[in-house]
Amino acid sequence: MHTYSTAHTCNHNWKQRYLLLVLLLLLLTGLLTSCASSQTAAAADVGDASAQRAIQNKGSDTIVNLALAWAEAYRKIHPDISIAVTGGGSGTGIAALINGTVDIANASRQMKESEIEEAKANGFDPIEFTIAIDALAVIVNPQNPVNELTIPQLADIFTGRITNWKEVGGNDAKIVLLSRESNSGTHVYFLEEVVRMGEKENKDIFAPQTLLMPSSVGITSEIRRNPNAIGYDGLGYVDVEHEKMLAIAKDAESPYITPSVETGADGSYPISRGLYMYTAGEPTGVIAEYLDWIMGADGQQIVADLGFVPLPTK
Amino acid sequence: MIVNMEQSAPTVAPKRKPVPRHWGEWVIENLIQLAGVSTLIIIGLIFAFLLREGLPAFFEISPATLLGVRWYPIEEMYGLLPLLAGSFIVTIGAVVIALPLGLTTAIYLGEVAPRWQRELLKPLIEMLAGIPSIVLGFLGWVVLAPLIQKAGAPTGLTAFTGSLILAYMSLPTIISISEDALYAVPKEYRDGALAIGATKWQTIWRVVVPAARSGIVIAIMLGIGRAIGETMAVMMVTGNAANIPALGIGMFFQPVRTMTATIAAEMGEVAKGSLHYSTLFAIGIVLFLITFSINSIAGRLVGSQGSRRSGGQL
Repeated sequence: MHTYSTAHTCNHNWKQRYLLLVLLLLLLTGLLTSCASSQTAAAADVGDASAQRAIQNKGSDTIVNLALAWAEAYRKIHPDISIAVTGGGSGTGIAALINGTVDIANASRQMKESEIEEAKANGFDPIEFTIAIDALAVIVNPQNPVNELTIPQLADIFTGRITNWKEVGGNDAKIVLLSRESNSGTHVYFLEEVVRMGEKENKDIFAPQTLLMPSSVGITSEIRRNPNAIGYDGLGYVDVEHEKMLAIAKDAESPYITPSVETGADGSYPISRGLYMYTAGEPTGVIAEYLDWIMGADGQQIVADLGFVPLPTK
Repeated sequence: MIVNMEQSAPTVAPKRKPVPRHWGEWVIENLIQLAGVSTLIIIGLIFAFLLREGLPAFFEISPATLLGVRWYPIEEMYGLLPLLAGSFIVTIGAVVIALPLGLTTAIYLGEVAPRWQRELLKPLIEMLAGIPSIVLGFLGWVVLAPLIQKAGAPTGLTAFTGSLILAYMSLPTIISISEDALYAVPKEYRDGALAIGATKWQTIWRVVVPAARSGIVIAIMLGIGRAIGETMAVMMVTGNAANIPALGIGMFFQPVRTMTATIAAEMGEVAKGSLHYSTLFAIGIVLFLITFSINSIAGRLVGSQGSRRSGGQL
């Protein structure tokens, strides 16, 4: 039995060596091809950009992912049209539009009077298109007796100044704070509009005990099982059967408004804002077609997919 | 004359070289050598890359900021203490859970279990090591977290939840290495102990385990190494709140944010070359140094145990 097994081991050694050789070769080819393919991909991008004039689209960082998703999807339908999307902020985009360096400016706020006058001085009327709505629902577990909160109360809760539900009319239980990760645009919007109550010089930030969830689903599933948790999420993500949306008032004197596509669209819900695109004068040709597509069913589906509120259907 | 000699020398030299018996053997030997050397080169490159990307953070961010208690990169708060605390709390918890379980399993397998049980259990335990960490993370998220919340914690996403998952993940390492260490204890030790009238329990606890001490320490070290570097499972169940909990038993039942989860959660969206980007690499350097020192301490212990084993047993 012993000799039998040694003979076999010998045979095995050769097989193993060849196997090793093959594996090494595979590894090497893998490395080489991965290097090569990444180079060609980069080259293709450069080629496309220089081959034809792209629609220049610049502005708000809140919209940049949405604009990129639109540009990518649109390119699948119209491979001949390329759209260059850059961020930089709403102000940057509007300034570029006034200076004539972009075709479409993205803005998460409306143009100021002064900006409209500058545009007119440069010889055109800026045309505004509302392309999506950004509304955040504040959600709690359905068992939570609290139904409504004001923005200052929310600010106190999320900065850790209020830590017990009974201080805002709920049970005697510790509040569990949920937020998206700080790299999310939603996080920043909630920080600016709720935690800092829209005040520019306010430097409050989320309490350190805030649980940062890597995804929207992370927030909703914790809300569903934790009666003491509070979080926020894009209206599109909320499932009203398992999560309760709070009615929000701007301050103690204002009415409490429940978030919905309607209250988001008409601006009465305080944690919502329109997202806009501006063109220099009435758009024509490919730009007009692109804007029509964005505001149509396909474009608005992408709005919903990315967690924004789609425009009310006409 | 001199020229002649020089010319003749190279023609003679190849003849003296031993001609390889098989060209295939020569190729394989060299490829194996290349594979061995390439590992070293790759480790060197990884470290160089980490340093290149991460070192700027140590120069550009003041030590006071790095040692701060808040991690909130969008406001340029780069305090690493909460992340270090998070990683350590989760890891310590994991070791405290895994050590008694792992050690008793190893003792049972090595000293008590009949042969057939041993043959059955060992491969099963090794199979544990093959379960993808994301699957364990998912189990922790769906099953463990609700249980821990029902047990009275404000939320189920706590350091303890992470520790349980990590303990489970480091068990195979701890069991198989400490079982090897027990196995290496010379039979004469057991015989001697039993001969002077010790019970089986006394033999195991007073003689065999102390003799295998250094191997068990290595098992713990490698278990720690496995636990501190784990990312996905931990990110799913620890809540990711960059908070420094108050010292005490309660700190295990609060959400924490580990270094690995921070890198994984934030790397995707960060601008390349920014301060935030290099800080994430700086966290990588810190992690690398921690695991490197744990592994080298374990390596040193393995060395000393190896020499003792050969002296004692053979």
